[in-house]
Formats: sequence, structure tokens, C-alpha cells
Amino acid sequence: MPNHLYRLTADQVASGIKNRDFSAQEYISQILERIEKIDLKINAFVAVDKQGAAEKARSIDKRIHDGEHTGGLAGVALGIKDNICTKGLKTTCASKMLEGYVPPYDATVIKKLKENDAIIVGKLNLDEFAMGSTTEYSKYGPTRNPWNINYVAGGSSGGSAASVAALECAMSLGSDTGGSVRCPASFCSVVGLKPTYGCVSRSGLISYSNSLEQIGPVGKTVSDVVMLMNAIAGTDENDQTTRTTAIETIPNTMSLDRIPKYRLHQNNRNIRVGLVKELVEGADPAVSKCIYSAVDLFSRSDCKCEDTSMKSIEYALASYYTIAMAEASSNLARYDNIRYGFDSNPEEYEWNTYFAKVRNNFGEEVKRRIIIGSYVLSAGYYGKYYLKAQKAREMIKQEVKSLFEKYDVLIAPTMPILPFKFGEKIDDPLKMYQIDIDTVVANLAGIPAISIPVGFSDCLPVGLQIMANEMEEQTLFDVASSFESIVDIHKSPEI
Amino acid sequence: MVEVKIGLEIHCQLTGLQSKLFCSCQCDYRGKAPNTNICPICSGLPGTLPLLNQRAVDFASMISLALGCKVPDKVMFYRKNYFYPDLPKNFQITQYNAYGITSIGVEGRVDYGIKSTKIRRVQLEEDPGRLIYDTSFYTLIDYNRAGVSLVEIVTEPDFAEPKDVRMFLNKITSIIEHLGVGDTKLDGSVRCDVNVSLEGGKRVEIKNVGSFRDVEKALGYEITRQKTMSVRDIEIKSETRHWDEARKVTKQSRAKEEEEDYRYFPEPDIPTIVLGNEFLSSLKAKMPELPDERKIRFLREYELSDHVAQVLIDNKELADFFESTVKIYSSSPNEIANWIVSDLLGFIDDSKREEGSLFSGLRIEAKHMAELVKMIDQNIINRNIAKMILGQITKTGEMPSYVLDKMNASLIDSKAIISEAIESIFNSEKSAVRDAKQNPNAANFLLGKVMQLTGGRADPKIALNLIKTKLAVLE
Repeated sequence: MPNHLYRLTADQVASGIKNRDFSAQEYISQILERIEKIDLKINAFVAVDKQGAAEKARSIDKRIHDGEHTGGLAGVALGIKDNICTKGLKTTCASKMLEGYVPPYDATVIKKLKENDAIIVGKLNLDEFAMGSTTEYSKYGPTRNPWNINYVAGGSSGGSAASVAALECAMSLGSDTGGSVRCPASFCSVVGLKPTYGCVSRSGLISYSNSLEQIGPVGKTVSDVVMLMNAIAGTDENDQTTRTTAIETIPNTMSLDRIPKYRLHQNNRNIRVGLVKELVEGADPAVSKCIYSAVDLFSRSDCKCEDTSMKSIEYALASYYTIAMAEASSNLARYDNIRYGFDSNPEEYEWNTYFAKVRNNFGEEVKRRIIIGSYVLSAGYYGKYYLKAQKAREMIKQEVKSLFEKYDVLIAPTMPILPFKFGEKIDDPLKMYQIDIDTVVANLAGIPAISIPVGFSDCLPVGLQIMANEMEEQTLFDVASSFESIVDIHKSPEI
Repeated sequence: MVEVKIGLEIHCQLTGLQSKLFCSCQCDYRGKAPNTNICPICSGLPGTLPLLNQRAVDFASMISLALGCKVPDKVMFYRKNYFYPDLPKNFQITQYNAYGITSIGVEGRVDYGIKSTKIRRVQLEEDPGRLIYDTSFYTLIDYNRAGVSLVEIVTEPDFAEPKDVRMFLNKITSIIEHLGVGDTKLDGSVRCDVNVSLEGGKRVEIKNVGSFRDVEKALGYEITRQKTMSVRDIEIKSETRHWDEARKVTKQSRAKEEEEDYRYFPEPDIPTIVLGNEFLSSLKAKMPELPDERKIRFLREYELSDHVAQVLIDNKELADFFESTVKIYSSSPNEIANWIVSDLLGFIDDSKREEGSLFSGLRIEAKHMAELVKMIDQNIINRNIAKMILGQITKTGEMPSYVLDKMNASLIDSKAIISEAIESIFNSEKSAVRDAKQNPNAANFLLGKVMQLTGGRADPKIALNLIKTKLAVLE
């Protein structure tokens, strides 16, 4: 039996188990051992389901032994961001408000993973309710960057990216509202995808900002991300915003259960690439240097690469935060600990006083967003803020659409800066918000975007972001895969 | 005359649906143990998404069309945000027209009698749960009702008199019943907010009138109250009042009711719904007959009088009973209608019209009415006897012929006794006797008199035969 099964990519694990090179139980015990050994340093997991994982591995081994059918992800260890509902497993959003909350149902993506026989090893750390870019706003404490544990892992899906980078699981699921999958993927040097809005069911994803967010896969390679997308993508009767075409309305007869199938092949022939000037130039020189050299390598092949401009980008951050906070203020209203959550006693309180008392348990950043979100929606300010933000969003969508008439993909850095040290930005919310500048466009426009590792600067990872037109995940994978093979920087951190 | 302006906001549950508006829990929550008719969606558990019930959209569109509204090509849902423990999500999914028309119906008109009222909008929304102020220490919450489909109908302030409101509400009830989208008789299935202003003065809103029947009473009280105040030069404040069902008065709500800011914004989890002409025409084709159409048909097909047709149509159950009867016995629709409107209705307890079925407690069915009218037509019984039999049927559910046989058994069948009675009537009703000689149908009048005299106990067949014989031998 090989010693370092935990180092394998997901497709290596899946085929190894299927071909009986090693058993699911052997693999899972190494994974659990690895988590035990290093997660104290990384803090990627908020809960590990040792028993559930071991049982699932046993049943997979038995079925393989008996010659029974097993799913495409049979035996592969997956971590799940702790804002995705897992039946019987605590799901807390790293918030005091959902302390001890055990969902009675599985998110659609979890059902699909289970159907595919993936092994869910545990729940992953995040910024409280996915609000943040560093995973510092977690009630469980911050997740550390596996490349340097004094640095942030990015966020809000910090646990999802760090756990994969630190070889604690083969792949993971995160959620991306304004870059929450891509930012930590970039900071931790793994691959992370934000799918087209509506491509993956949000049923069971605890809402932060419904019109922007998507569940997204994180893996060591583009190939693994494709494999995971094939398992989770598709329309879902439990989410009426899911779709496989670019129509945004419910037709009277909605045909369900349409599942796209993505293939892995490299293709950069005649691909038209636009390099988003504003974002590359706006980045830290250490970052843009890496981006330029990757693009340089890439453009030696048969593709057309040129600088392009996205003028509406200057409205992106304001539009994004206005919409996200507005929706958040409403989505988070339900947390009053009357029906679920930690035990808070409403006795002898008048309703409004009780609501105020219990809701004081949200963290500072969440409170800030609820207050700002309530403000921008309030009578008299709606037109000034929310409506304007929606108009800006529409402008951005239109500009993105016209850019995709000229280009197949757009390229930019994933993050404008390198990973930074803990506490560096936490006292200045505006500075923190500004580092999302490169990622929010994809959420506002509803298009798919992927972050892939393209290099290091001072031993800190740099990620490259590729965006494609809506429902063009296949194009995205083709180009990402080409980049991956050209740049070829796969390595793992020493922890 | 003081000018009164009344507007209504009607909430009507779509009880004709199987499931709630956004989940598959049952729409019928009544009589269930608290918090047993709930699921992760309607109890607002984290991560759940609303799944729009397409039939609710159909039903609400049908109501909009029936109220003469325009149905937009695209409709949307909005969130109305406020904290209240009966709302599992602390927001209500509803519709909103302030930023463009997105509600299921707008600008309608309803005619009733010679008057009409404009409909401002019709919107589809979810019902909250129920708060039960059970003891002095606790308020209990039951979410069984949470998420049931509600249609809100908002009128322009077009009413000038409470009795117009009553007529309008009758019409609305009949429309809802005819469409089969709701059962307005179920407890709490229709609620009404009423606003009243005098002489263009401040608007007073009366919230939560629990039944249509009380709306007229609440209005009567409120108009008198406001008139009295203005006579005494007391300023009428713009306020919200509640209807006290027990004492039949309106009461001021807790004084400090600030203008609430609901922070409306489009519901991101439900995509825009495209309706359009194709949808509307297929819906129209499927739509059941509406009260107005049915009345016209009654006038044409059965040649009923306008008044009788109107009484039948105002209550779908009555109209249905009429048509079922006609189906069994088709010779005398007019006679059947008259019997229902002038006699059967007398047996119906007024209070029953809103609680439970019109016929609840009455055991009469269409087959009874059909046989009864047939027996009258065949001169087997006269009207007085028929009335007696009708009274009996409503209590026992027995067939009229059976009741008649039973009555006969205990009746006076002695020809001698009956002849005596006839003799005395012939003496006192000379002109009627003369009429009857010419027109055999008038003999029924004499029979009636004989029955009266015998306390209804004379065998009507024997009596009628004796009367006819006596008439025949008269000079």
C-alpha cells in the first residue's frame, strides 16, 4: 500500500479504489490521520465526521468487493464548507447564532455527492455566514494559509481551499458570492470555480446573497474540478433559479433533471483571449508580473491574446456590496433563535426587545452588513442605493456580454494582492472590501470564473482568473486546462 | 348627506389548492395538531428556497381576470421585511407595484346591481403562521398556516354605503366559489381590512375583520363614531383600529404604531414569471362559468325572473342545488327556483351562511326537491301540503312520497268528516267556488282552505276528489 494516499488527486483516488490498488478504508484512514496531524496548525475543519467517513468507506469497499456498482466519486474524501446543509451533521456558518444547529435535510449538492459515493469527511471553516475575504471572521478562529501559517488563507471559503492545499481532503465545496471560492483558491494555490449563476443548485446553501452566490468546487487540478462539477451541476426542482440555458425566467413547463456533462481536453486553438487591462494594471506588481509571464507562455500557442478594457469595472465594488448587503439584511432576518439555533430564552421579553437581545450575538462584520443592507433598502434610500446598484449591475452585465462577442475568455488576476498577514486589514473594512475588485464582476454578471495557480512570489501563491460567457463552463475548462499544463506548477506546501 | 368613502383590502386563502404557495405541505391546515403541517421550507429553515406553486399563479390569475383586471405579461415577487414571530423568515413573500407593475392583477372593475367598484390590484402572497395568546404568560406560535396561498384584493375607495360593501362582498364570495379556488366559508379563510373616511377627512383603517358578515357591522359602527365626533367638533385622527368581534365595536390599536418601513425588494429566489397572451387564453378556456355568465344563462335557459336568478347566483350552493334539481326533474325550472328562493331559504339559518355549508344541518337533497315539485305538478299535493312535507324532509331526509304516505296514515280519511269541512268552506268562500267551477286549477285554493280548517290533517287526495265531485254537481 502506498504511503501517501492523501497526496493523490481525486481522479487518482477514484481510479485507485475502483481498480483495487488500495481500499477506500486505507485511503480514508490516511486522510483522517492527516487531518488529525496537521489541522491543529491549519484550522481548516470545524468538524470531522470520523465515524461517518469510516462507515462510508467500509460500505464502498464491500460493494467493490461484491462487484456492485459504485458512483463516480467512490471513496474520494471531500470537505464541505460549513454553510452547506448536511443532514445530521452540524452546520453552523461559523456563527454563534447557529451553534449546535443540525439540519434535517441535505443540500442538493450533498445528495448528489452521496449518490456518487463521495466520502464527506467533515465541515470546513469560513467567515461567519460567508461574509469576509480572509476567514478571520469565524467563531472558530481563522484558517491559516498552508504555505505560510502566519498568512491568511483567503475567504470566505478559507477552509475549503486550505484543506485541499494541505492535503487534508482531495476536493471540497465552497460558495462564491463575490469571490469566496476563487480568493482562497488563489491564496492557497489550488483550483477553484465559481459556476454560472443557476448552474448548480443552491438548495441547502445557507443564503448570504441569493442573486450573486453559487456553490463552487475546489480541487488540486482542473481535471478534479471538472469531475466534481459533473457530480453537482444541473437543474434542480428544489431551486427554481437553476437552468441550463441563458434564460432567466421560469417557463411554464420547466424540464428538470438536465445535467450538463463537461469533458476534459485542452484547447487553446483559435481561442480569443482578452486581458482585462484595468485589473492587471491595478494589481500589486508582484501579482501582475506572474500574470504577464503566464499569459506570455500561453500566447506562444495558437491563440489570440490582447489587452482589453472593462470600463464599468469602476462601479463593480459599490454595486456588489450594496446588493449583497441588502439581500443579506433580509436573508439573515430569520435568525432569532425561536425555531432553531442555540437556546435563548425569550421569556419575559417583549418581541422587539427579544429580537435585539438575541441578534446581538452576530459577529461585528455580519452586523455591519445587516445594518448597511437595511439602510440601502429603506424607504427614501432605495432609489439612491439599491436601485442604482442594480442599474450598475445591468451595465456591467451588458459590457461583459459585449466583451464576449469579441473574446472567448477574459483573463485577470484572481486577487490584486498577495496573501497577507493576519490582522493586516481586519480593522479597515473598506480596505478589506477593495481586495474583492477582481472577483465580483463574475458574480454581478452571473458568468463562470475559475482561479488556477500560476506561480509564486516570495513563496506566496498567485492565482490567475479566467472568465467565460454564461453557461460556457466547457470553454473555461478547456482554456484552464491548457494554462495548467503550460504553467505546470503543481506542488504542495510543507507543513 | 355626509360623504363617506370606503375602501377594502380583502385577503382570501386559495383553499382550492392542494399544497402551500412555496412548498408541498398541505394547504388544509385546519384541525391539525400545532406545528405538524410544516417542512423546512415553510418553517424557514436555513438554506431552503421557495418553490412557487404554479397552480397558485393560475388561480390568482383567474381571480384577476374574473375581477376584470389586467394581468401583466411578467409578474414578480417581492420581500416585505418586518420582524414578527408569526413570520418564520421574518419577511413575507408578496408582490409590490411601487417600482413597476409586477402584481398578478391591476385596474379591474366589479359590477354589482347597478353599482360598480374599481379594483386597484390583486396580489399573491403567503399567509403567516398563527399566534395564539393562550395564557397570560406565553404566546404560542403555530406555523401550520405559514405559507398558505393568499390573494389580496385591494379596491379603490369607491363605496359610499355599507350595504354596497355587503353586495360587493357577496359578489366576490360568489366569484371565488364559482372559480373553485377557495372555500369562503372555512373559518379564517377570508379576512378584510376596511378603511373609512368622511368628507374627504382623515382615513381610519379597521384591521382584521374576521368575516364578511362583520364588515357591514364594523362599518356601521365606525361611520356613526366618526359622524358623532365630527358633530362634536372632535378631530378624527388617521389611525388603525381593530374590530372587537365580541362587543361589536372598533377599538383603537396600541397608540404607538409608527409608519413601518418594510424595505421591499425583489425576491431573488423566484425568477420572473412569464404569463403572456398564450397563458391567458389557455387559462380563459379552462375557467369555470362566472356568476354573471351563469345568471345570464339562468335567465335565458330557465326563464327565471331577474330577482330569483340573482338570489340563486349570489350563493353558489343555492345555484348548484337548483341545477341539480332541474337535472332530475326538468319540467318546471321556474317552480323549482321559486320553491328554493321563497320556501327552502326560510329553513336556512342565517348564521349558517358564513359558517359551514348553507345546507349544513338540513338533510334535503336535490332528489327530494325534484320529487316534491313533480308531485305538485301532478296535483298529487297542493302547496300547503308541499310546504309541510318540505319542512319534514329538511329534518329527516326522507323522500316526499314517503312523507306523504306516512302523513296519510295519520290523516283524517273519513269522507264524512272531510265532507263536513268542505261543506263549511263552500259556504264561506262563495266567490272562490264560482271561480273553481270555471277553472279546475282554482280547486286547489279550496283544498287549501279545507286543509287549513282541518289543521292540515285531511287526506288531500280524498279532499280534492270530494271537492271536485261537489263542484261537478253544483249548478
